[in-house]
Amino acid sequence: MTEHRQSAYFSRSQVTVVRVVWMVVTTILALMTLFPLFWMVSMAFKPAPEAFSSNLIPQAPTFDNFIYVLTGVPFIRYMLNSFFVSATVTVVALFFHTMAGYALARLRFPGRELIFLAIFSTFLISLPVIIVPLFIIVRAMGMLNSYAGLIVPAIFNAFGIFLLRQYYLSLPREIEEAARIDGAGYWRIYWSIILPLSRPIMSALAILFFLANWNAFLWPLTIASDQKLWVVQVGIANFKSQYSASWNYMMAASTIIAIPTLVLFVIFQRQIMDSLKTSGLK
Amino acid sequence: MADMIVHSKPVARRGLSAKHQEWLAGYIFILPDALGLLVFLGMPMVLSLVLGFFEVNGFGAYRFVGFGNYVRMYRDPLFWTALRATLLYAVVLVPSLYVCGLGLALLVQTTNRFNSVMRAMFFAPQMVSLVVVAVVWQFMVIDKIGLISRLMSMLGAGAVSFLGDPHFALLTIAFVSLWFLMGFYMLIFLGGLQDIPAEYYEAAKIDGAGPVARFWFITMPLLKPTSFFVIMVSMVAAVAGAQAFDIIYIMTKGGPANSTAVLIVYIYQQAFAFGAFGYAAAMASVLMLVTGLLFLFTRGGRFNYD
Repeated sequence: MTEHRQSAYFSRSQVTVVRVVWMVVTTILALMTLFPLFWMVSMAFKPAPEAFSSNLIPQAPTFDNFIYVLTGVPFIRYMLNSFFVSATVTVVALFFHTMAGYALARLRFPGRELIFLAIFSTFLISLPVIIVPLFIIVRAMGMLNSYAGLIVPAIFNAFGIFLLRQYYLSLPREIEEAARIDGAGYWRIYWSIILPLSRPIMSALAILFFLANWNAFLWPLTIASDQKLWVVQVGIANFKSQYSASWNYMMAASTIIAIPTLVLFVIFQRQIMDSLKTSGLK
Repeated sequence: MADMIVHSKPVARRGLSAKHQEWLAGYIFILPDALGLLVFLGMPMVLSLVLGFFEVNGFGAYRFVGFGNYVRMYRDPLFWTALRATLLYAVVLVPSLYVCGLGLALLVQTTNRFNSVMRAMFFAPQMVSLVVVAVVWQFMVIDKIGLISRLMSMLGAGAVSFLGDPHFALLTIAFVSLWFLMGFYMLIFLGGLQDIPAEYYEAAKIDGAGPVARFWFITMPLLKPTSFFVIMVSMVAAVAGAQAFDIIYIMTKGGPANSTAVLIVYIYQQAFAFGAFGYAAAMASVLMLVTGLLFLFTRGGRFNYD
């Protein structure tokens, strides 16, 4: 982390002056970017009368907003739903995607390239575009208003398969060769060689999948109208239409929902950003 | 390279040759994902095209109407409003995402501890759900009491109604999308910048090229593949409304005066508020066609030097 690469645009003599200005500008921009989030947290701690004052630090910070939101609305239930759905999707998706990635990268079978191209091309399709027929299909399968309806369609996306395939392509062949000589079958190779080797990328993908599903709104909104199945994002959207004037409650609810993902980010920042950065072009 | 290695064949079992065993294993390993993608992505794509030729009545009965839905679309002024809004959203968002993404990437390009903290700060909005983003921003810009509204009137700009005025509502939505997405595109640009060899800059410096010249004659040309990718991805995302939907659903519900009813919001309304699945599917097919064409024209964002 202490590696300093010389600036690409400025010579050494210019660097010291430019660097200070540069750092100040960057800091101001970064704080401006984060300001709405600071403001959200600040509001969440302000009692109603102070809600619209323009001070960032609450004068009389209180937990009342949080207590109201957590006791007045089944937010705990929504959070458990979100957690259950996100965790299940993550585990199953990782299992299926590592299998597919292994096959696409390491096994030879007719049609492999075609299958990969077909999978790759689904990158194009975003959920909003197919939501109507997807809803009809999932309803016809009897998964309307069920955890299965929330979970199963969310498992399948090309992004994870693509990243895993790239990762497996980079592993040296010799690793499997030894196991094959010992008579190990493909399942053994996958389970006891490939999977342990993919721990780093699997943890990065696990975080990404979990975040994406925790933050998902459109699909849960569409497939589950039963309040018992609401996830946090749907819960807060409905909370908003009920409490449209009580911004201090709104901000407390938003903070509760945003905190888990922001904490995950602070802990796993490096892995999250690295995995996304390399997914761009290569 | 892989072809050069001699394959040690595992012992054939159940009468299958090693080659066929590998085939079988390949198909079995790919099966769950292939099946899932087929059912939950492939089938909806096809069904969308088929459904566009049907009308669905209140009892869920389908009636073939040929191009009826497409004629209806042509005559529906709200469809054209939605299409215009979609294009305006894309036209505003895509270039600003490009400029802001690249700008931020250049700002924090050098690898040091300060910059990695800054990168994380710029990226942080990505971690929050779009629903929360929309709620928080609505609060920031809400008439009279929102912090930004008050700031604007303090600066003497008059009371701008960001979400109440049809002229500003879509721009506000685009701005919020920009705020949410720019950290992600910064990251993509950072990846691209990293691939430019430092020696190029050194050589240019020795030849007396200033910072501006180095940016125009080294960074920009060598960044072409990344630029292409960014423009393609952001354009498809903007047209398909992947991010716009959540923000609009929370902040404006398509109003005021349908000014923020982008195509995807209008499709959703037709399908899930009016039960017009066929009409919605027809419009979705158009949307699919537009994104497909965008993808073709931009060669999927893959840019070759030769």
